[in-house]
Amino acid sequence: MKNFKDLFETYSWEEVKESIYSKTKTDVEQALHATKRSLEDFKALVSPAAAKYLEPMAQLSQQLTRKRFGKVIQLYIPLYLSNECTNICTYCGFSLDNKVRRKTLSDEEILKEVAVIKALGYEHVLLVTGEANQTVHVEYFKRVLKLIHPYFAQISMEVQPLDTGEYTELIPLGLTSVLIYQETYHKEDYKKHHPKGKKSNFNYRLETPDRLGRAGIHKMGLGVLIGLEDWRTDSFFTALHLNYLEKTYWQTRYSLSFPRLRPFSGGLEPKVEMNDRELVQLICAYRLFNEEVEISLSTRESEKFRDHCVQLGITSISAGSKTNPGGYAVEPESLEQFEISDERSPELISAMIRSKGYEPVWKDWDKYFVS
Amino acid sequence: MLKIADKEFSSRLFTGTGKFSSSKLMEDALTASGSELVTVALRRVDMNSQDDDILMHLNHPKINLLPNTSGVRTAKEAVFAAQLAREALETNWLKLEIHPDPKYLMPDPIETLLATEELAKLGFIILPYIHADPVLCKRLENAGASAVMPLGSPIGSNKGLKTIDFLEIIIEQSNVPVVVDAGIGSPSDAAKAMEIGADAVLVNTAIAVAGNPVQMAIAFKMAVEAGRMAYHARLAKQGNHAIASSPLTAFLDEEF
Repeated sequence: MKNFKDLFETYSWEEVKESIYSKTKTDVEQALHATKRSLEDFKALVSPAAAKYLEPMAQLSQQLTRKRFGKVIQLYIPLYLSNECTNICTYCGFSLDNKVRRKTLSDEEILKEVAVIKALGYEHVLLVTGEANQTVHVEYFKRVLKLIHPYFAQISMEVQPLDTGEYTELIPLGLTSVLIYQETYHKEDYKKHHPKGKKSNFNYRLETPDRLGRAGIHKMGLGVLIGLEDWRTDSFFTALHLNYLEKTYWQTRYSLSFPRLRPFSGGLEPKVEMNDRELVQLICAYRLFNEEVEISLSTRESEKFRDHCVQLGITSISAGSKTNPGGYAVEPESLEQFEISDERSPELISAMIRSKGYEPVWKDWDKYFVS
Repeated sequence: MLKIADKEFSSRLFTGTGKFSSSKLMEDALTASGSELVTVALRRVDMNSQDDDILMHLNHPKINLLPNTSGVRTAKEAVFAAQLAREALETNWLKLEIHPDPKYLMPDPIETLLATEELAKLGFIILPYIHADPVLCKRLENAGASAVMPLGSPIGSNKGLKTIDFLEIIIEQSNVPVVVDAGIGSPSDAAKAMEIGADAVLVNTAIAVAGNPVQMAIAFKMAVEAGRMAYHARLAKQGNHAIASSPLTAFLDEEF
């Protein structure tokens, strides 16, 4: 059976990094002029040499995005179901060693949260949890999907990695999309950041997209947490992963996101800083590399940055997000996973999107698309 | 007049509703285009809502809705979606789109044929979106499709009529209207499709993403009309050289 791990193990982190940092202006210009771009072109586009080409990259990215997706931006909102977690992750507010009160929403509480989200106009929701297999397990997810499926056109999940069979059980209940971020493709550093819990198993996480593909998921999201390791090298491995998955699970759609490490109480300082220019470079590099991939931007980013990114290559955006379980209605003051930066309401974000000449899209899927 | 199933159309420009920067602009462009058949993705509309934004902007006496099944991957899903659409939107017209490949949105010929057979039995007016495959078009016609919609090039690509040789065969052989769908990037592409005898074209991206969608819609309207007129007027044959003499047959004019 094909598996990304086999391909991944033929690459060396250090060699890839060196290759990226040795790309020249000529490599970047070649990549810009190509009609189909390879992984080598992608390396050139994320390299320091491409920094001078940001404006032409942005213009190309805008054109390609408009051609494929049109002048529209999709809106989604996260719904945090639980902050219980048995993992220690050095960068996360839900980490086991962070002494806070833990909460998992009951059915009644979930419906209260759903009512608030629906009133804001949302049709696409992203369910988020930590990893607590004793309480927040596949049976819990099945119950939640059955409970909320009538209310949403599209349900996505960002929870612990599951087995193929478990995904196969959840998909018919209305699960359209799963986000599974590798955090970092640097195996040794991954172990430092995930010292305890099931998440410390690098390979199990790395193989999750393969399990999702085999289960026939409609859409999956990839990405790394920017700030843990060299973002250029980590992004190359994300692109490699995306390339492999598209060829192997050709019936699945893919999305990317680039969370930059945000502060939380008692948390880790980023090892590697990525500035706004570099994040724009990365968004454009991915768009030039893959014209069809969806790119989302969360409320981690600032107002000004998000306002400008709408026209640069992203395709979906969240707004009015709460990153704590019960944050919308039940318990607004509980512990959040990270501090959000853009606190504007969905209504204001919607108006901002329109002012940029784009249509905010609330619904682009249907709950009836369940095999 | 173009007739598909029991409906007559004075405009041979069919349009789509995606990718516009606002519903108002979509409405303005589509009314300017004169289009009488407008396709709308079921995934984008709230079928249970009386005040869905897209549907409200399409509520014009001349506009007929053509719901499409974009997003489904199998015949089974398509049939289910079609039944919901018929009930909610009160039309049995359907643009059948089954593309299990979300990257290039390539239509699945096998599932499309299966769904057409099933939907024809259920009384739908089916316009399937497919590859420019002449044999598949005949199979779909036999299965009960009311028109066929072969692609000019990959959907959304604006690359024009890359499949022209196959489109010409399809047009020659078809007993149902042929609507060239997907890939038409400019009014000249649309005119070309009409010149070779297509019964209609469907255009979305090239209008929606244009700098001025309303003007572009009018340009497409004129191009489709011009192309149709040229088709009827019969184009002069192309050739690079004038025929000056007849070296092989001149002897026939000689006296024996």
